[in-house]
Amino acid sequence: MTSSPPTTVIPVSGITKHIGALGKAREFGILIALVLVVIAATTMNPSFLFSTDGWRDLLLTPSILVLVAAGQAIVIITRNVDLSVGSVMGLSAYLTGRLFIDVPGLPIPVVVLLAVLFGAFLGLVNGSLVAFARVPAMVITLGTLYAYRGINVMWAGSTRVNASDMPKEFLAIGTGQFLTIPILAIVAFVILAVAAWYMRNTRGGREYYAIGSDPAAAELYGLKVTRRVLSAFTLSGALAGLAGVFYVARYGTVSSQAGAGWELDAVGAAVIGGVAITGGIGTVWGAAIGAVLLMTINRALPILGIPDFWQRAVVGVLIIGAIVLDRWLAVRQRQRLIEARDES
Amino acid sequence: MPSTDAPVVLELSEVVKSFGAVVALRSASLRLQAGSIHALIGENGAGKSTLVKIVAGLYRRDAGEFRLDGEDVDFTSTAESKAAGVAVIYQEPTLFPDLSVTENIFMGRQLTGRFGRIDRKAMRHEVERLFTRLGVVIDPDRPAEGLSIADQQVIEIAKAVSLDAKVLIMDEPTAALSGVEAERLFAIARSLRDEGRGLIFISHRFDEVFALCDTVTVMRDGAYIATTPIAETTPGELVRQMVGREVTELFPKQETVVGEPLLEVEGLTSPGVFHDISFTVRSGEIVGLAGLVGAGRSEVARAVFGVDQYREGTVTLKGRRIRRGRPTEAMRAGLALVPEDRRKQGLVIDSGVGRNITMAIRRELSRFGLITTGLENRAARVWASRLEVKSYALDTVAATLSGGNQQKVVLAKWLATKPDVLIVDEPTRGIDVGTKSEVHRLLSELAGQGMGILMISSELPEVLGMADRVLVMREGRITAEIDRADATSENVMFAATHASEQHS
Repeated sequence: MTSSPPTTVIPVSGITKHIGALGKAREFGILIALVLVVIAATTMNPSFLFSTDGWRDLLLTPSILVLVAAGQAIVIITRNVDLSVGSVMGLSAYLTGRLFIDVPGLPIPVVVLLAVLFGAFLGLVNGSLVAFARVPAMVITLGTLYAYRGINVMWAGSTRVNASDMPKEFLAIGTGQFLTIPILAIVAFVILAVAAWYMRNTRGGREYYAIGSDPAAAELYGLKVTRRVLSAFTLSGALAGLAGVFYVARYGTVSSQAGAGWELDAVGAAVIGGVAITGGIGTVWGAAIGAVLLMTINRALPILGIPDFWQRAVVGVLIIGAIVLDRWLAVRQRQRLIEARDES
Repeated sequence: MPSTDAPVVLELSEVVKSFGAVVALRSASLRLQAGSIHALIGENGAGKSTLVKIVAGLYRRDAGEFRLDGEDVDFTSTAESKAAGVAVIYQEPTLFPDLSVTENIFMGRQLTGRFGRIDRKAMRHEVERLFTRLGVVIDPDRPAEGLSIADQQVIEIAKAVSLDAKVLIMDEPTAALSGVEAERLFAIARSLRDEGRGLIFISHRFDEVFALCDTVTVMRDGAYIATTPIAETTPGELVRQMVGREVTELFPKQETVVGEPLLEVEGLTSPGVFHDISFTVRSGEIVGLAGLVGAGRSEVARAVFGVDQYREGTVTLKGRRIRRGRPTEAMRAGLALVPEDRRKQGLVIDSGVGRNITMAIRRELSRFGLITTGLENRAARVWASRLEVKSYALDTVAATLSGGNQQKVVLAKWLATKPDVLIVDEPTRGIDVGTKSEVHRLLSELAGQGMGILMISSELPEVLGMADRVLVMREGRITAEIDRADATSENVMFAATHASEQHS
């Protein structure tokens, strides 16, 4: 293989460019929607964006869901789903609070690390059940959703951890800012950037996509499917664990019901952000933008004068709209690719 | 032609594999030399695929020897066999539809730089180099979705070459290829052979085996029969080894009276799938629909029956228009479709024989909207015995029947609706020889009773032996219509693989 003939350079073709652009346009569209929501709300009430509190809330509120949604996106890309993230987040949040009470003097980084590891462990339990028992993830994680929440209720009872139980320095992280940007938002962004880089540029990341695209082919390729599925769930658990820490730092109080219902927000955010529920397509960036859009809409709708009970309907329309749009785009792309073949 | 002292890259001897009570391989042997293209032939069910899967690491053998490059090996996963230098190209390539061509070629072993970062530029360049070497131009950045099967196979081969595989196994690679595409594949195969790799080529087409290969191994009933240099054998000799006896192709074709047109299809078009399909099926006539796998034959059948949509064209049955996308309407009008995949589409596989047979007549069967097992069985028994379905009872689960008996159940289900026109898609695929001729006799009998039959088949002898008229499809178009008297394997095959128009 030493002397190879001159290589023919194959130029990037029109259809490929078109498809690449379409993928970017999908995420860009959600970003535009987000900007429109912010502009609309700011027009109604300028303090939505221009007051110190408004600016802070805009960045801070979505940070927690962004983490959970990024983890969820990774799991969905492997053609699985993690419905237990809300419970994992709640349990990790409660653990964080208990650690401050039960082990006084434990350094804050150690507490954070323990909570993240705990979340990762819960995710690992999910992953093992899915990967080894070969039961659909939806069923397994629906089960652990209740199981983890049950453990949380058993542990916490009707008590709650309050701000006074926790060190001031920890709560300061929740309210702290750097150049007017909340610290939690910065941390979330950095983690997001790392996850996005990993998903795009490493073997592990690409194998998640491959597994979601065609699990049977992944097996034939000799990919370590079991290990990858396990790691996807562990990652999702770890991110939910970190989100639990964020939750405590942000709200300063945690009961046995922290994070209830967040799993559906996370799935919704991923779907709105263009992650295909059947796996193989989407990015964590998309899921994160979806999460920000979801949280911002929740805050903007009251300002726009839309009654409370319509807000959930709007979210529903958004999710269904996103799925219909994706399906339509997929069908059109397939048609286009097949027709391109016919012509050649 | 490999010299006799070329090193042996792959050697299997007396390999045994069974699945439960079913013995797939009794004693399989194979000896592949470097720089050789070795044909592996045998009837369906002879154990070729099982043998390939053992070499690929999908199955583990129960007994026997398996040596690669002279060393004993025992693969427990596809990753292991791949690492040892074995590449398998399956008939239906398995690619990731959402990922680009480049990613498909390198998945699992991407070129990486610092921090494990994938080097996309280097990968793309490598793909260009591979494609140049193979003499093909496929856009490396496009998703694998929508590629033709021929292009998908080229990608599989590119993968094997980039792996520097010593042993390349191609499992019926030409089944879905046109003549030009097959020639391109052969040119690639020869160049790989000249580089000193060992290739195993599984095919049912003798002309290809004789044109491409230098050695041939015949298998029958899970056992090794013979290995011969290609120059020292003949097709007749090989067929004899494959079936273990002289074959006299006997098709129980009855003479029938061809009557008035029953099914008329006009200008059926579905972009990217099939174009301008027109044909007529008359009463008492068996019309064969021949062509390569992937030519769009099954898709036409599904569209005619109303399962799939189409953009233009009309379907008329006995003068009555059948609207598109309405299988129920087609059924009521007297059309029946025995699909290609009987396990998934022909049967409710976990249901009993009786329930399956009465599946299409439930409306007529019900009394006040209720159906009892008794009603079901009474109706099913008639058809089960007419078609000689071999099962102990009507509540035997369909999944446990043999392929031949399953096919009879599907046929019984549709015959119970008393159709005027029966469309059968690959009626004898994966069925043993005895049942095959039973199915043929039945089809012939039905035509004799005035039914119109459209038979899709990839087996040329079947088409030539059974059909009154042969339609040939190639890449979504009907390229020829040949009368029974004029039909030969040559002119049918020619129409199936060449673009020229030869309507007669």
